[in-house]
Amino acid sequence: MTQETTQAATRTAASTTAARTRWLQDNGVYVAVAVLLLFNALFTANFLTLGNFTTQLVQAAPVLIVALGMALVIGTEGVDLSVGAVMALAAAVIPLYLGAGPLVAIMMALVVGVLAGAFNGFLVARVGIQPIVATLALLVGGRGLALVIADGQLVQLHDETFLELGTGDVAGIPISVLIAGLLALVVAGLTNRTTFGRQLVAIGGNRKAATLAGLPVNRVLIGVYAITGVLAAIAGVLATSRLAASDPADMGLLMELSAITAVVVGGTPLTGGKVRVLGTVFGVVLMQLVRATLIKHNLPDSIAQMIQAAIIIAAVYVARERR
Amino acid sequence: MTVSETSRRHRAVLPKAARTKVLQRQGAAVALVLMVAVSWLVFPRFGSLDNLRDLALQGSFLVVIAIGMTFVIITGGIDLSVGSLYALGGVLAAWGSQYGFLAALALPLAVCGLIGLINGLLIARTNMAPFIVTLASLLFARGLLLAITDEGANTYQIPADSAFVELGRGTVFGFGYPIFVAAVLAVLGGMVLNRTNFGQNVFATGGAEQSAVLLGVPVAKTKVLVYTMSGTLAGLAGALTAAYLQSGVTVIGVGLELDAIAVVVIGGTLLTGGMGTILGTVIGVGLIKVIQNVINQIGTLDSNYQSVVSGVFLLIVVVLQRILRR
Repeated sequence: MTQETTQAATRTAASTTAARTRWLQDNGVYVAVAVLLLFNALFTANFLTLGNFTTQLVQAAPVLIVALGMALVIGTEGVDLSVGAVMALAAAVIPLYLGAGPLVAIMMALVVGVLAGAFNGFLVARVGIQPIVATLALLVGGRGLALVIADGQLVQLHDETFLELGTGDVAGIPISVLIAGLLALVVAGLTNRTTFGRQLVAIGGNRKAATLAGLPVNRVLIGVYAITGVLAAIAGVLATSRLAASDPADMGLLMELSAITAVVVGGTPLTGGKVRVLGTVFGVVLMQLVRATLIKHNLPDSIAQMIQAAIIIAAVYVARERR
Repeated sequence: MTVSETSRRHRAVLPKAARTKVLQRQGAAVALVLMVAVSWLVFPRFGSLDNLRDLALQGSFLVVIAIGMTFVIITGGIDLSVGSLYALGGVLAAWGSQYGFLAALALPLAVCGLIGLINGLLIARTNMAPFIVTLASLLFARGLLLAITDEGANTYQIPADSAFVELGRGTVFGFGYPIFVAAVLAVLGGMVLNRTNFGQNVFATGGAEQSAVLLGVPVAKTKVLVYTMSGTLAGLAGALTAAYLQSGVTVIGVGLELDAIAVVVIGGTLLTGGMGTILGTVIGVGLIKVIQNVINQIGTLDSNYQSVVSGVFLLIVVVLQRILRR
């Protein structure tokens, strides 16, 4: 009897542990953000100010926009390494068309983003190349192309309307943050409330089954990569406007890694079949908060990078699929 | 005679498949021969001994890294940390050189090998994706590098009279030592891959992991070993570079992991794992370096075209591989 009790106890303990692990998997990123906010509220001077929050959000906005697209791609069991290069291409295109007005310049940058993304999607869906390699080609070639377009130069921009995008605000909220928030809502709606979103997740979960079920796999994949491309281009436009210069050499450098990190930390598995938009938003916020906390406490960049590495490992360890 | 008969019969039975296989396996080699031949004819300076020596030296560091990457990719994994480990290895070698030759060589190998070992343990034992684990160690190694160089402000110099400098700058018939190191490692790597149990395990792990586990292939051990190897080789490449540059430059190696992956893929190793050759990887490095060299020779051409051409080239290769495999 004692043995039975022990066994039952063990079983309950095991199931509690499993439940706790699952809870942590689902909510770890929110807990981490809350803990960091609390820590900063208590121990960081001038943290709970409107100015500081605004700065943090403005810095995080381009990463968030890119990460939203990355979450979709990762949901299809893919990855897009070219997002930084697409940002650079968008930045390089803007000064070419700014003479025709900011709207035209922005539209052209977005068109470039869509084309680049659709090209990636075509390679992945129709040609059947692995996402890593397909988008690696654009990562390698895209920034070079951007530099060729810009003749390797940084170009200062002076168009008032265009610069307003990076510096202006509506009711105290910076325009770029507003756009990022809006896009997060759109992407959340897209994944949770549309057929496209369902199909995307189905393809990521089991591409063969999705094909056999008659889903338009190729069309959805090309669509997803095109969306990621256009989101990267939007991020490139906003970052360029904030910088008041087109800088294809540095624009979006290593952005693919920041975006992938945020998505994964936010609980979207690299194995596909699941997209967590709110998790991604919090993943971006978490990484931004970590960086801000370390900087505000005068920790050097070296330590900051090592701590970020540890956080990535910890997040993925918690969220990993059990064998 | 029997041999030639058999081979003829094979060709008759599977003419297209055989041709495809040859093209797939030797495509990069054919492209390299063509590129070299054309460059030799068009650019008088290309064929000069000086240029060829320079080309081989430039390629040797990447070869050392790409050998490790080939093993990792054949197991179906990926190692994003090699660019950072390369830079870290260089800095450690430069710092270690004040304690003599052995320290300068052993320190980067040990530290980078240890980080590779940790990569391997995390990937093999905890079922985490190689992509994300090595992405984290990319950040970690960069951070460690910054920590030991006073946030990148301090570039350690290697004393000019140090024996370690000789390792990077010494030559035989004008060909630098790193070329021979890379060549020896490539031959060794090819032999390990094709003629040892470990090599067979590498292929088995990448070909069909589940079946490999069931067949008793030590999959976890194999994974740990390939990532340790990859880290160690990246550290060695960094050490050689430091010896060549006579200092531990802190800003190098950013994005180098992508170059390494690109040359491995161009060399015919499949990213899905289970198939690949060291020779292909060496040829892949040759191709990229010849392209860069030629673009440099066309002085009027913007150096930014280098990456455009490399990107387009990578694309052509993977598209061709894909079409041929159908």
